[in-house]
Amino acid sequence: MNARNKSAALIAAALAAILLPAAGCHKKVAPPPPPPPPAAAPTPAPTASLTASPSTITPGQSVVLNWSTTDATSVTIDNNIGTVAANGTQNVTPTATTTYNLVARGDGGSSEASATVTVNQPPPPPPPPPPAMTESIFDQSVKPVFFSFDSYKISSDAQQILTDSVAFLQAHPDVKVLVAGYCDERGSEEYNLALGQNRANAAKDALVKAGIDPSRLRTISYGKEKPFCTEHNEACWQQNRRSQFSIDQ
Amino acid sequence: MTSSQRSRSQSRQRFPWRFACSAAIFLFTAITPRAHAQDWVHTGTNLGAQKIRLAAADFKPVGFDPALATDKQTFDSVLYSDLTNAGIFDMVSKSMAPPLMPGSPQEINVSQWSTPPANAAMVAFGAIALQNGQVTVYGWLYDAQNLQSPQVLGQQYTEADGPNTARHIAHEFADAIITRLGGGISGIAESKIFLVSNRTGSKEIWEMDYDGANQEQITRLGTISLSPRISPDGHRLAFSGMGKRGWDIRMYSMDLNRLVNFPSGSGSDLSPAWSPDGNTLAFSSSRSGDPEIWVSAASGFNPRRITAYAGPDVSPVWNPKTGTQIAWISGRTGLPQLYIMDSDGTNVQRMTDGGYATSPSWSPNGQFLAFAWNRNYGPGAPGGQDIYVMDIASHRWIQLTHDIGRNDFPTWSPDGRHLAFQNFQHGQRQIWTMLADGTGQHALTTVGGNSMPNWSWK
Repeated sequence: MNARNKSAALIAAALAAILLPAAGCHKKVAPPPPPPPPAAAPTPAPTASLTASPSTITPGQSVVLNWSTTDATSVTIDNNIGTVAANGTQNVTPTATTTYNLVARGDGGSSEASATVTVNQPPPPPPPPPPAMTESIFDQSVKPVFFSFDSYKISSDAQQILTDSVAFLQAHPDVKVLVAGYCDERGSEEYNLALGQNRANAAKDALVKAGIDPSRLRTISYGKEKPFCTEHNEACWQQNRRSQFSIDQ
Repeated sequence: MTSSQRSRSQSRQRFPWRFACSAAIFLFTAITPRAHAQDWVHTGTNLGAQKIRLAAADFKPVGFDPALATDKQTFDSVLYSDLTNAGIFDMVSKSMAPPLMPGSPQEINVSQWSTPPANAAMVAFGAIALQNGQVTVYGWLYDAQNLQSPQVLGQQYTEADGPNTARHIAHEFADAIITRLGGGISGIAESKIFLVSNRTGSKEIWEMDYDGANQEQITRLGTISLSPRISPDGHRLAFSGMGKRGWDIRMYSMDLNRLVNFPSGSGSDLSPAWSPDGNTLAFSSSRSGDPEIWVSAASGFNPRRITAYAGPDVSPVWNPKTGTQIAWISGRTGLPQLYIMDSDGTNVQRMTDGGYATSPSWSPNGQFLAFAWNRNYGPGAPGGQDIYVMDIASHRWIQLTHDIGRNDFPTWSPDGRHLAFQNFQHGQRQIWTMLADGTGQHALTTVGGNSMPNWSWK
């Protein structure tokens, strides 16, 4: 019975009390009935509240459910939480947007409360990384440049090769590069180490001039210590007069 | 240097259009008196025009130790070899010498040595004894022409017997003779040559006696170690080593037998060189970008750059006489050329007029530069790379090697009478030695590939 029904009964009883004496003026007044028993202090209906903090999360984060009830004999929360104490908190980690419903039942009836946790889906994963940079991919794209005899000047052919390399290096800004200068077998070991350094510097300078960050580039000279080709002819010497690029690990 | 020579060399620097004229004078002075071209080398290197005729008798063995025969044989051959190598003696060959072993002044008949076929002016003789684990050598040097008072030297050496004892005593006695008869200039029989050898599979620093004996490995780094340079006092060895980040100057303690700390710069640090007082190093460094010549304290601190031209600058070497000049190789005009400058970078003077010049070594008396030169260098050009010596004051030069392949890295002996160098022919890279006039060329190494010799300062 709710409050409205109760007041309607009281009004009916009051009307009856007014009308019955009037009728008694005409007839023998019947003894008044005993007043209805008072509403006997009925048990109040339970109250309930439920909050979730924070109310918006991303997957993996946890939320604190905080509830309080009064006049309840049993409190349950759905979503597999089950029966809980009258007042309490609990951490939950929903992976999708979830509405938690709390039902408080008591002698006075039952009461419900609910709280919704909104779970925002994470940003879409970054696109799959480009295929891992391998030496073969690098070598296909960043080709060595060759030098004339006893020279460290970048030729127009070499400049074209470097231009192609710049495009690749700009598309792969995480790749660091070792620029190594090499010389042919003729001449003196010490002088060729210095000349190889000039060749490495020349290739590096050309890349920097084209916009590559110099901090990505490291130079080294191998002089004539690590030849690519060991025959004693001009074709082989030309192969060895180079600046070679490799991934700087 | 005369005043006329100075003005000529300076005018060549300031007025390059006069170069052709100067070069003509230069060639005239250098080539025309070709017949006498070696006189100045003989004089400057103390090799002398006249060589003393010297006999070295086999030494008399004293004692009954079975090891004595080996010690005696070693002593006789090393003494004869040292005296032959000295370059100032006309040695009496063993076949011309009397078959005698005079063990003391009482046992020698000097006239047997001063007369044909030996015709010796001087005789070295004596005895070698091995008793109780001690080798004792009594050595004399007699003037065979002075019968009244023939003794020039009388020496006694006693050392505990070991694998190198007889060799060591022979070196000591030879050096005593050379010092006495060679104008007071110490012999080199106890000097060392440092070198790069790949015989273990990687290029490491090795050392050996001046005559190629006792070759021993110093570094075991397993990378590439080049350009060994022993300090004037012999206690430290600087070289350039390939590390994880490139070329660094490395410092090895000959006393501790290990590497010691030396600060590394960025870029390639190459070809260290000791000043004669041992307090300063010069080297090539690309730490500022272009490879330039830098100098620093011997500790590596306080580095400062002394050249500033684009192009390779490498292979510095100090004037060991004065310590105030540096010779080095620069590619600032194209092919590498030989230059000298003051050690603060001033008074730069180009020494070579073309070709491909590398690897200078400054003679101990400060008078000469030895270097490798290919005067007709170019793509496809024939001709070898040979060792040359240039008189710094006059710019006159002389070619010391001919038709023995490619030669590089000459290094002067402490007495200035010898040069060791790197020879490459028939696919073999070996260390050779010769007298400073180009005679007496022979190999010191045979095992593996050997390069970049550096002769100790004493």
